[in-house]
Amino acid sequence: MLAELLDARAYLADEGLATACFLALRMGRPLFLEGEAGVGKTELAKTLAAVLGAPLIRLQCYEGLDAAQALYDWDFARQLLHLKAAEATGATGATEAARLEGELYDRRFLIARPLLKALETQPSVLLVDEIDRADDEFEAFLLEVLSDFTISIPELGTISAETPPVVVVTSNRTRDVHDALKRRCLYHWLEHPAFDREVAILLRRLPECTETLADQVARAAGRLRGAGLVKPPGVAETLDWTEALLTLGARDLDPGLAAATLGAVLKYREDQETALANGLLRHA
Amino acid sequence: MPEEAAELIATMTGFARTLRAAGVAADHERTQAFLRAARHLDAADPGAVYWAGRLTLCAGPDDLPRYDRCFAAYFGGERARAARTRPPVVTVTRHTVSLDGAGPREDAGQEALPATASSTEVLRRRDIARLTAAELAEIHRLLAILRARREQRRSRRFAPAHRGRLDPRRTMRETLRRGGETARLRHRAHRVRPRRVVLLVDVSGSMAPYADTLLRFAHVLVRCEPRATQVFSVGTRLTRITAELRHRDPGRAMREVSAAIPDWSGGTRLGEELKEFLDQGAGARGAVVVIASDGWERGDPSLLGQQMARLSRLARRVIWVNPHKGQEGYRPLTGGMRAALPHVGAFVAGHSLAAFEELAERLSHA
Repeated sequence: MLAELLDARAYLADEGLATACFLALRMGRPLFLEGEAGVGKTELAKTLAAVLGAPLIRLQCYEGLDAAQALYDWDFARQLLHLKAAEATGATGATEAARLEGELYDRRFLIARPLLKALETQPSVLLVDEIDRADDEFEAFLLEVLSDFTISIPELGTISAETPPVVVVTSNRTRDVHDALKRRCLYHWLEHPAFDREVAILLRRLPECTETLADQVARAAGRLRGAGLVKPPGVAETLDWTEALLTLGARDLDPGLAAATLGAVLKYREDQETALANGLLRHA
Repeated sequence: MPEEAAELIATMTGFARTLRAAGVAADHERTQAFLRAARHLDAADPGAVYWAGRLTLCAGPDDLPRYDRCFAAYFGGERARAARTRPPVVTVTRHTVSLDGAGPREDAGQEALPATASSTEVLRRRDIARLTAAELAEIHRLLAILRARREQRRSRRFAPAHRGRLDPRRTMRETLRRGGETARLRHRAHRVRPRRVVLLVDVSGSMAPYADTLLRFAHVLVRCEPRATQVFSVGTRLTRITAELRHRDPGRAMREVSAAIPDWSGGTRLGEELKEFLDQGAGARGAVVVIASDGWERGDPSLLGQQMARLSRLARRVIWVNPHKGQEGYRPLTGGMRAALPHVGAFVAGHSLAAFEELAERLSHA
């Protein structure tokens, strides 16, 4: 049933992925999606948000991502201004200082970064994208947030979500994510779609695409994936490629047009050479 | 009815136990999640049970084929209902490193070696392949106490410092403490972290006399920097063995490693495995990559050349350790070695304890 809802938003999920989403929603567990780049991990989170009618809050990970970027930060400029304003009105003394401190560490001076924002927005879909790019320190505090959906701010207290957000964590597996984090999640490995499904996706996403073109592009993509390239194309690339072909008015996979649009599907020079030399683009 | 439910739970925990025996990290917490997930689905539908288990009990793509095999064995046909018998446990045969491999070597048994300073010094420089079992044990003892420092790199994270950029959060706190007077500025600077090292150890037949010591060296690296070291064995299959090397005791770690490596003393398909390593993007980027192999490539040397070129573009530095390089008159003539050398930053020997110490030194300022 969830598959149908996803389908209505032009995301074609197979049985495994649909079950994964269903359980993630039912059990309130984060969904950990792993797979090669371009198989539709990020897209799934976007679609889930659309299906649930909830805003998508995205946290793109990178090395050195810290709490101030992911959880919350204090708005120092405004805090200083407030302090100066208090000074100008002549507030001094010990009791005043204590009161002032209470004022400064108030919710209105707190800048919510994605994780805090996701806890405060209900309902919401939180996408922690490419967690493998972040370092293990980040994993540690993400683990804390995901295990009980609370954030403790020393100056302010604990902020918790009444209904936890739907969390999708994606990884391209450039490194192994710590097991403690995975254990909190439902783990799903996303594969490149099978031929029929890829054709269906192309037709679904690009209505002007003819069946012949979709068929030929999917076949070529399958050949490219089996050719041991540096970066085999994902669904994202085949979609881009088909779109490029359609823009040039292609009705089928014409070798000339295919070669001209190769940059949309293969992003390494070595791969382009291999593809052209082995005739991987020609349709049999 | 409750009896039936209990039986179902027994079946499912039994399945999780089978998975554990097959090497899938299906621990207690995961098993609980599995039971909860199955409750949300139709337990009579094998497809639902399959997905409930796969989503909760597996932790990586390596687990999936094992999971499929266990699922088929456990639920397919022969075990339709839970019984009181123990679940089928997939046994893993243990390979042990043979000590009486190539080279003239007498069986010294438990005989202790007189460890004087000078004899240790001589032992340090001798080729590992030509040592007696007792001498080798002494080398392993010395290796176990080796401290491998690591080159430091600047992290993107900050830590409090005396000079550097302004730290607004701590400055604000300080200001407040002084009742609103900005008297002292606080600073922060980038923290330093150890640079990552990825070690690929060739465990094929031609490397047999050295593989055990190389893995012990890998153990030293993992012990000194557990979070900044990754180790793989290569041969006919690429195997990630970092987790097995995490045991503090070298003997225990070696036993775990021998059980985990499926292709001891087989052939070498370095090019293909290097490709697999780079394709899974297992962290060559920015790391120091050490390949310990003699370069006896069974596969196509040109593929190895291509993959080495790719590796050299990704890695911070590529170091090739060849045990034969320490021998007099050695020339890198094997096809694999010739293809790889143009893309190697440093080509070093790896036949004696002294050579390993030099390598450790090199990693401290690579």
